[in-house]
Amino acid sequence: MDSSRQLLQYILSGLSNGAIYALIGFGFAIIHNATGIINFAQGEFVMLGGMLTIFFLVFLHLPLGPAIVLAITIATLVGIAFERLTIRPLKNVKPLNLIIITIGASIFIRGAAMLIWGKDTHALPAFSGNDPLYIAGATILPQHLWIFGISVLIIILNKVFFNYTIIGKAMRACAYNSYAASLVGIDVKTMVLLSFVISSAIGSMAGIIIAPLTMTSYDVGIMLGLKGFCAVIIGGMSSGLGTILGGLLLGLLESLGAGYISASYKDAIAFIILLLILFIRPEGLFKKKETERV
Amino acid sequence: MTKERRQILIFLFFAAAVLVIPFFLKGSYFLNVLVFIGINTMLAVALNLLLGYAGQISLGHAAFFGLGAYISGILTTRFPVDPWLAMMLAGFCAAGLAFVIGFPILKLKGHYLAMATLGFGIIMYIIFNETVGWTGGPSGLSSIPNLHIGSLFFDNDWNNYYLIWIFTLGIMLLSINLSQSRIGRALRAIHDSEVAARVMGVNVRILKVQIFTVSALLSAVAGSLYAHTMTFISPVAFGFNFSVELVTMVIIGGLGSIYGSFLGAAILTLLPELLRVFQDFDIVIYGLMLILITMFMPGGLISGIETLAKFVVSRIRGKQSNA
Amino acid sequence: MLRLDGINKIFGGLTALEDVSLSVTRGSITGIIGPNGAGKTTLFNIVTGLYTQTSGQVYLGEKNISLFAPETLAGLGLVRTFQNVELFGQMTVLENVMVGLHTRSKSGIFSCAFKIPSQIREEKYIKEKGLKWLEFTGLADCADLTACNLPFGKGRLLEISRALAVEPQIILMDEPAAGLNSRETVELASLIRRIKELGITVVLVEHDMELVMDICESIIVLNLGKKLAQGTPREIQENPAVISAYLGEG
Repeated sequence: MDSSRQLLQYILSGLSNGAIYALIGFGFAIIHNATGIINFAQGEFVMLGGMLTIFFLVFLHLPLGPAIVLAITIATLVGIAFERLTIRPLKNVKPLNLIIITIGASIFIRGAAMLIWGKDTHALPAFSGNDPLYIAGATILPQHLWIFGISVLIIILNKVFFNYTIIGKAMRACAYNSYAASLVGIDVKTMVLLSFVISSAIGSMAGIIIAPLTMTSYDVGIMLGLKGFCAVIIGGMSSGLGTILGGLLLGLLESLGAGYISASYKDAIAFIILLLILFIRPEGLFKKKETERV
Repeated sequence: MTKERRQILIFLFFAAAVLVIPFFLKGSYFLNVLVFIGINTMLAVALNLLLGYAGQISLGHAAFFGLGAYISGILTTRFPVDPWLAMMLAGFCAAGLAFVIGFPILKLKGHYLAMATLGFGIIMYIIFNETVGWTGGPSGLSSIPNLHIGSLFFDNDWNNYYLIWIFTLGIMLLSINLSQSRIGRALRAIHDSEVAARVMGVNVRILKVQIFTVSALLSAVAGSLYAHTMTFISPVAFGFNFSVELVTMVIIGGLGSIYGSFLGAAILTLLPELLRVFQDFDIVIYGLMLILITMFMPGGLISGIETLAKFVVSRIRGKQSNA
Repeated sequence: MLRLDGINKIFGGLTALEDVSLSVTRGSITGIIGPNGAGKTTLFNIVTGLYTQTSGQVYLGEKNISLFAPETLAGLGLVRTFQNVELFGQMTVLENVMVGLHTRSKSGIFSCAFKIPSQIREEKYIKEKGLKWLEFTGLADCADLTACNLPFGKGRLLEISRALAVEPQIILMDEPAAGLNSRETVELASLIRRIKELGITVVLVEHDMELVMDICESIIVLNLGKKLAQGTPREIQENPAVISAYLGEG
């Protein structure tokens, strides 16, 4: 009985981590599909979400709700500033230079966070307490329910936005062919900005809902960002089902690996998977192979 | 004076300065700093071959540095291997690893390559930390023996300085030779237009792997030297932050410039020493430097210095013809 | 010299090339023309190894080069220039041409790093040869300029010099006259004739009809992915199918 309970526990924590990776992955996909670049600083928005919320809670004594809203807003503003200052002015820069600039920006954000908040890890209090629930023999914390709930909400909003609203469809048009999109009157520059807004908002939200379970500090961005990237690579750079499956798969493999093979190599698992996917099937596991056009 | 003559002269001047400086320094503190600059220069030059010449980004180069250090350290502490032999084996292993992962990893481009090398670097860092039986884990590996030639032991600042800098000068010279040769041109061609390089017969895939291997080999040798002079190593020095520092050194010094790598290494080694408060600001400043240099002075500081030098020379020449 | 057999290229739902077969005589100057979208550049990319055809074979002389990569083709003496001149912008003019000699030299990483005598000799050889080719195309006095600073016309000449340095059997030029003024086009025509005199086969894709009719001995017309006609300039000019392809029917 005990081993199946343990398995269930691993699966549960794997899925909840996986949901977070999927959300972070969405951020990568949305920006990549709108601009063609990988936002190296995506992980930093996740970090900012958690850190800012703690800051507002602890130092400004705001209640949880407003703290979260304010944190997401500020993270989104940072995202806008990032797009304005580093991405927009650099349309004709060599790809290598663009990569270095985005890396520089992510380092800058992380360094600023370290200056402001120090190197300590902080704990965000769980949204609705820590009393565990017992379902099917596994221990579920209320925070897990929050994670699943909010993730599902974001996924649904995402789908509705991209498939049923004019703006969402305009963004998808830009992703397919920005030149054609501009010819039909879509303001590509605004779409790009919007992609950053959505990505930093989702990213920071992801950081907030996971923070009560895993501590947060100025440098969680690197790991979470890379794992989110891994999820979106598995999912084929889609901002939909592919990345969700990718994230969940990654979370599960990581959790099961940590539980049954080795806990200390847990982080390495995600990166080994990343390398394997990049080497063997870079277009992802859940995407049909596309013929390359001229 | 031909271009070649001038370059040889510049190098001789540089080498002479390096060899003579210790006599003018008071105290071992400065020698120590210069030793670090030497090691960082070796690493920056090694990375420059890949990043500056071939245009392939690597955010995990500290891994090869660490691999060299740990293999050297482990072979000489847990086994009775001669330090020089350990260095050769360390270089050989790093080169082998680079060769094997080079083929799949260098098929990737741009951001994907950056992420993959980042992931590789972190995997190696985790391995350094977790294989406590071999590496000593987070507490590090100590009592690594010094190198020696006969009865000459490299165990004090003076001897270490010359040991490190002989290697550094050698690596710089070999890299300068390489950059101006057929191989150097082929690498720069790949950087400027990979498709045209292929059409000209450059086997891009294999050359990228070859230069990646050489870069890893040099980094590992630097790691080995580091281990044998510091006699103590721990994983902290071989993580993501140091990989980023190395990229910063290459960028601010100047992509594709060997002397630029020295400049970048010197600046990033000296800054923490000069600004005690720098400690906390270091990451922010690195990020800012990467952005500003790439946006406004893509050739790095060395190109700024060259422009300044040309300006000064033309002014002097102007005055001479007016006089 | 060059023979294509039943080349088909399908991208997803689009058939770019349909059953194209043609042959190019050794030592000739052959032109490939056709309206926009006819598939000329796709054909070029297939022959030069940048695309893989969906079906069909390509032969260089007796050798089947259908699946060979560009770097291998350079070693076999097949080289091309690009429509958007692909120079090595950060290198000097001379260095660009010296890269063309990559397949005519062999010093490896070790030899170059340690500057062994054979490498020093080879380097001298590469430099001398490079300068010779610059003289051939009239760029000798630009040797030390940075390639990206060259005016467009000279950039084209540089790309051709670089390709010639490979000492190819056959050179494929993708719209070499694009962006050139009339004087430069005349100079290009005489350069191509001089290249032919060296014994090199020339194939060019072009839109400049005057140039094509002037220097080409044989012309191949493509339209909508199919070969429409092949013949001398006069034959092509009088071919009703070609005329209607260009002017449109009804």
